[in-house]
Amino acid sequence: MPPAVTRARSEGAAAAPAGGGGGTVLVTVGTTRFDALVRAVDDPAVAEALAASGFTELVIQVGAGEYRPQRLLPPDAPGRAGMAAGGLRVSWFEFLPSLAERMAAADLVISHAGSGSVFEALAASKALIAVPNAALMANHQAELAGALAGMRHCFTTPPERLLATLQRMDLSTLAPYPKGDPAAIVQEIDRLVGI
Amino acid sequence: MAVPSRQVSTLIVLGSGGHTAEMLTLAAHLDKQHYSPRCYVVAATDRMGEAKANAAEACGRGVAEGQACVCKIPRSREVGQSYVSSVWTTLVALCAAFSVVFSQRPELVLVNGPGTCVPICLAALVYRLVLWRRCLLVYVESIARVDTLSLSGKILYRIADCTFVQWPQLQRKYPRTLCVGRLY
Repeated sequence: MPPAVTRARSEGAAAAPAGGGGGTVLVTVGTTRFDALVRAVDDPAVAEALAASGFTELVIQVGAGEYRPQRLLPPDAPGRAGMAAGGLRVSWFEFLPSLAERMAAADLVISHAGSGSVFEALAASKALIAVPNAALMANHQAELAGALAGMRHCFTTPPERLLATLQRMDLSTLAPYPKGDPAAIVQEIDRLVGI
Repeated sequence: MAVPSRQVSTLIVLGSGGHTAEMLTLAAHLDKQHYSPRCYVVAATDRMGEAKANAAEACGRGVAEGQACVCKIPRSREVGQSYVSSVWTTLVALCAAFSVVFSQRPELVLVNGPGTCVPICLAALVYRLVLWRRCLLVYVESIARVDTLSLSGKILYRIADCTFVQWPQLQRKYPRTLCVGRLY
């Protein structure tokens, strides 16, 4: 018997949650701090917007910042987890040794626009909203996020426009990201060196 | 009789954070038979860099077999350090960079920023002028740079033998760079 039709996530980044089956949103600030992003996510209107899009779970990696989720959940919520507006399950933590598992389980990634997290999400064919951290001007996060959004590999927004982005976004408009290949650069180095 | 394979002594400069990740992605694709011995250069205060270099060499196996090593050099300037005291620390960093280059005698130096890689590059230039040795300096601009070269990219664009960028629009701005694709 042929297997039931399953969603082939690798076909496109538009991994909207399956109808009724729910979907997980991962928020990550990387190895640094990005309180403005955590603060923007910690908003009942964001929870409602995500629930309205069919998501059922929100996982927030808050990093080394000072701001802790307190509007979606009571600040002293046991296990740092609970139910938010729209029936969205919310949990948060500071760091994990590796985010790989959480990344694999996510259907939508809302990330700071650092290259590590951005390309980890794109390589895993995740729908991505890249949020440049304006406090790190020297990192040129907006340059990278803008270029990738221009090619429709992700959406990009400043933290203060995150809610509007979530309300308006259409994940099916995202284009798959073609992975780069280090071997091409190495081949050129081989040639230069004379190997 | 088998022709002995050509060995290229290689210096791989790990710049910390995202720079280290990109450099190790590149280094993972180097043919270890040819690019040997390999010396990873990390900032003395960058503990993650040393650990990641060891992990990249398969839990120090390459290190144990003498094909790879890790050299630490002090940073010329830590974040927040005053400019007056950074004159002294820059001199110390330069001395350390010269010591690494003249002891390792690399035929290839791979760098990708940030500014902390500049002392090693200066030492490599002096090394090849003074000892008249072949020493290729290769700079790989970060994937985060789409429209503009970083400061170290602008410096290295003038002195490196080859500067790679990862986006075609950046290559068009700097015609002497090479763009053959992205690392990620």
